[in-house]
Amino acid sequence: MTKTSNTPLLTIKDLYIEGRADETWSGIVNGVSLTLNRGEVLGLIGESGAGKSTLGLAAMGYTRDGCRISSGSVTFDGTDLVGAPGKTKRHLLGSRIAYVAQSAAASFNPAHRLIDQFTEAPVQHGTSSRDVAAKDAVDLYQRMRLPDPETIGFRYPHQVSGGQLQRAMTAMAMACRPDLIIFDEPTTALDVTTQIEVLAAIRNIVDQFQTAAIYITHDLAVVAQMADRIKVLLRGDEVEEAETAAMLASPQEDYTKSLWAVRSHARTEQPAADRAEMPVLSVQNVTAAYGPIKVLHDVSFDIHKRRTVAVVGESGSGKSTTARVITGLLPPLEGQVLFNGSALPPNYKTRSGDQLRKVQMIYQMADTALNPKQTVGQIVGRPVQFYLGLRGQALRDRVAELLNMIELEPGDFLERLPSELSGGQKQRVGIARALAAEPQMIICDEVTSALDQIVAEGILKLLDRLQGELDLAYMFITHDLATVKAIADEVVVMQSGKVIEQGQKSAMFTPPHDPYTELLLSSVPEMDPDWLTDLLKRRADDANAYSKT
Amino acid sequence: MPFWDGQSRGDVLQSIWIMIARRLGLGLVTLFVVSLLIFAAVEMLPGDIAEEILGQSATPETVAAFRRELGLDLPSYQRYLAWLGGILQGDFGTSLANGRPISDLIAGRLSNTLFLALYAAAISVPLAISLGILVSLYRNSLFDRAVNLITLSSISFPEFFVAYILIVLLSQSGYFPSLATLSPGATFAETLYRTFLPALTLTLVVTAHMMRMTRAAIINLLASPYIEMARLKGLSPGRIIVKHALPNAFAPIINVIALNLAYLITGVVVVEVVFVYPGLGQLMVDSVAKRDIPVVQAAALIFACAYVLLNLTADVLSTLSNPRLIHTR
Repeated sequence: MTKTSNTPLLTIKDLYIEGRADETWSGIVNGVSLTLNRGEVLGLIGESGAGKSTLGLAAMGYTRDGCRISSGSVTFDGTDLVGAPGKTKRHLLGSRIAYVAQSAAASFNPAHRLIDQFTEAPVQHGTSSRDVAAKDAVDLYQRMRLPDPETIGFRYPHQVSGGQLQRAMTAMAMACRPDLIIFDEPTTALDVTTQIEVLAAIRNIVDQFQTAAIYITHDLAVVAQMADRIKVLLRGDEVEEAETAAMLASPQEDYTKSLWAVRSHARTEQPAADRAEMPVLSVQNVTAAYGPIKVLHDVSFDIHKRRTVAVVGESGSGKSTTARVITGLLPPLEGQVLFNGSALPPNYKTRSGDQLRKVQMIYQMADTALNPKQTVGQIVGRPVQFYLGLRGQALRDRVAELLNMIELEPGDFLERLPSELSGGQKQRVGIARALAAEPQMIICDEVTSALDQIVAEGILKLLDRLQGELDLAYMFITHDLATVKAIADEVVVMQSGKVIEQGQKSAMFTPPHDPYTELLLSSVPEMDPDWLTDLLKRRADDANAYSKT
Repeated sequence: MPFWDGQSRGDVLQSIWIMIARRLGLGLVTLFVVSLLIFAAVEMLPGDIAEEILGQSATPETVAAFRRELGLDLPSYQRYLAWLGGILQGDFGTSLANGRPISDLIAGRLSNTLFLALYAAAISVPLAISLGILVSLYRNSLFDRAVNLITLSSISFPEFFVAYILIVLLSQSGYFPSLATLSPGATFAETLYRTFLPALTLTLVVTAHMMRMTRAAIINLLASPYIEMARLKGLSPGRIIVKHALPNAFAPIINVIALNLAYLITGVVVVEVVFVYPGLGQLMVDSVAKRDIPVVQAAALIFACAYVLLNLTADVLSTLSNPRLIHTR
C-alpha cells in the first residue's frame, strides 16, 4: 500500500446512521462529514446522545447491533468501509485502525492476561510473531509509563488499576502501529489526578508514532489538550468545526457558546456557620474498616443547617465509606455520628424510623437506584406511605406536590416507568424520593457525575433551590472540583481514609493549599490548549528542584 | 509464581483444598439427611418382603418368625441406626431376597452404570459444546434452527421411544445389537460396540440441554464490551467465540454438564430396561418390586453420592475457570 501524504487518511461524507427502537428506525447521525489527515487529531465533542461514539465506530466501518449506516461513505486510505465485505474490514481493524474504549475494565477480556490480549492482534494479522509482539508490548508499556513494564503484562485485567488499564489499552491499540486510533472517552471514568497521567501518555505516544486520532469526549477542557481540530455535535448533527485555538477563543454557534458557559456557574457561598449553633450532623473521630482493612482513620466534620459540605477525593479515599457510616450501613470501629446533638446508633438496624427518615440518600446511578418495575408515582409514594403514613387522596396530593418540587409535571410523569425517563429526569425522581421522607439532611453520592454538563447543572440548581426552601443540609460526595465550585459552602478533602483539609470553599480555593489539595486543584483540566504541557513542565521542574535539594 | 499474583501458587492450591474439604463436609451432612429421607420413604412403602417371599399361603406365624429372622420386627429407629452403623463401616448389609452381601451385588452393577454413563458423556459433552459453539457462531441461521429443532425433538420424546426408534433404524438392519449384554471375556472394542445403542440413546437425551446452555451462555456474552473490542481488533468470528466468549461462559456450562452427568448415572433405568443392560438402575427397580429394602436403600444412597460429588466437581472447576478467583489481587 502506498502512503501519500497529501490525500486525507479518512474521509467521511454525508454519513447517516439509524438506530432501531420499538420497531422504527430513527436517525442517530444525520449527514455528518469529516476529513482527517495523517498524524492529525480531531476532537469530537457533544453531550450523550450526540452520536459521537456511533460516529467514531462508523469511522471503523463498524455499527453496533440495532444500528445501520443508511447512506454516505467512509473512506479509509482509499478503501470504502461502508460497502466493504467483512473480511476486508477485519483486515484493517486492529492492524491499521484501532480502538480505545471508555471502560478499559470492561473492554479487556477478564479471562486472559494483558500481554496475551496485546499480542493477539499482531499475531492474528500476521504482522509479527508472538515473541516479537511480546517484546514490543514491554517497550510500549514503558512508553505509556506503566509501572513494572516487564511484568505488568502477565497480570489479569482485574489485578490492574483503572488508570493503568486505560494506558495498557492504548498500548494494545498501538500494537500494530495503526494509522488511526479512535479514542472513545478514554479518561471519563478516571479521577482527575489519574486522568492527567493517561492524557499525557496518550498524547506522547500519538506524537511519537505520528498516529492520526479521533478523540471523543464530552469534556471541553480535555479535548482542548488533545486535539488539533474540534468538531461539535448535537443530536447527530454537526454544529461547527474549527481549529482548537480558534474554537476555544471564539465559538460561533449558540450551542457551542452554551457548552462553554456551563463551567461559569457557581453558587454564592453561605457565610461560615455559627460555631455555637448545633450542627445537624456531626461525624466525630470515626474509624471504620472492611474486615481487617482500615478504610477510615479518625474522620471528623460537621454539617450545619442550610449548608452544603462537599466531600472530595479520588476513588478509594473513603468518601462513600463515610456515607455508609453515617447511614449506619457500616458501623464504625471507633467514634460516633451525632444527629442534632444526640448519638445515632451505629447500626441502621437499631435506629428508629424517625432517625432513618431524617437522613436520606441520592445515588450516582439513578438507573440502578430506581426499581424498573415501579412507576414514578409508586417510587415516590412509598416513602411517603412508609414514614409519614399518608393514604389515599392525601398520599396522591403529596406525591403530586413532590413532583412539582422537582419540576416534573405530575399528570405527565406519575404513571411512567424509569425506562421512560431521561437520565436527568431519573435523577430528579431520585431527589423526590429522598424529599418524600421529609429529611433534614441528604447525602448526595456523585449525583451528577453520570450526567452531561447541562443536565447536571439543572440538577445542581434544583438542589440549591430545594435547600433554601426546605432548610436542608447536604453532604455532597464528588471527585469533580468543578461541581464543588458550583455547589459547596464548605469542603472536606479526603485521601486514603483521612481528612486532609477542611474549611470554607473560598478558603479552599485560595492558596496556600495543602499539597494534596494543590495536586487535585491543579489536575482539573482548563480550557487552555497549553494547560497540560505547562502543567507537566511545571511538575517536572518541581520534581527536579526537589531532587537537587 | 511471580510476585504480582499477590499470592503464591501454593496458597491458591491450599485455598482450593480448603474449599474442597468444606464442600465434602457439607456433602456428608447432605448424605446424612438423604439417608434419613431414604429410610423414611422406604418405611412408607406398602408390602413386606416376608409376605412377598413366603407367598399367599403362609400362616401369620411363619411370616412373623421370618420377619424376626430378618430383623424386621425391631422398631424403625433401631433398624436405621443399625443400617447407618453398617454403612459407616463399609457394610451395606445383605440382600433380603437372596442373602448375598449387597456390596458384591452393587459393585458390578455400579461399574456397568458408570461405564455406560462415561461412554455417553464422552460422546455427548464434546458434541454438545461443539454444536453450542457452532450454533452461536451461526446464530439465528437455518443451521441454528435445524440443530435446535433436532436436539429439542430428541429431548422431548420419552427415552424408551428414542430407544425403540434407534432399534428399528440401527438394529433391525443389523448394524448394532439391540441387547446390550456384557460378557466377561469381551474386548473393550466389542463392549463399546455392544453398548453403542444405549449410549447413543442417552446422548440424544442429554445433548440438547448442554448444547442450549452453551449457546445461551455464549450469546449472553456477545454484547459485552470485551467482545466488541475483539471485533474491533479484526478477529475472526470463530476466534471471538472460542477464545473470547467461551472461557467466560464456562461456569454455567460446567454446572449443566454436571447435572446431566448425574442424570446419566441415576436416571437411566428406562434405557437399561429397554436394552436389557445390567446397570444399577435396573437393580434398584427390581429390588423395589421384590421389597428388597436394603438393596434399594444402598442404591439410592449411591445415587445421592453421585449428585454430591458431581456438583462438588462442578463447583471446583467453575472456580478454576475464573481467573478472578484464582489470581487474587
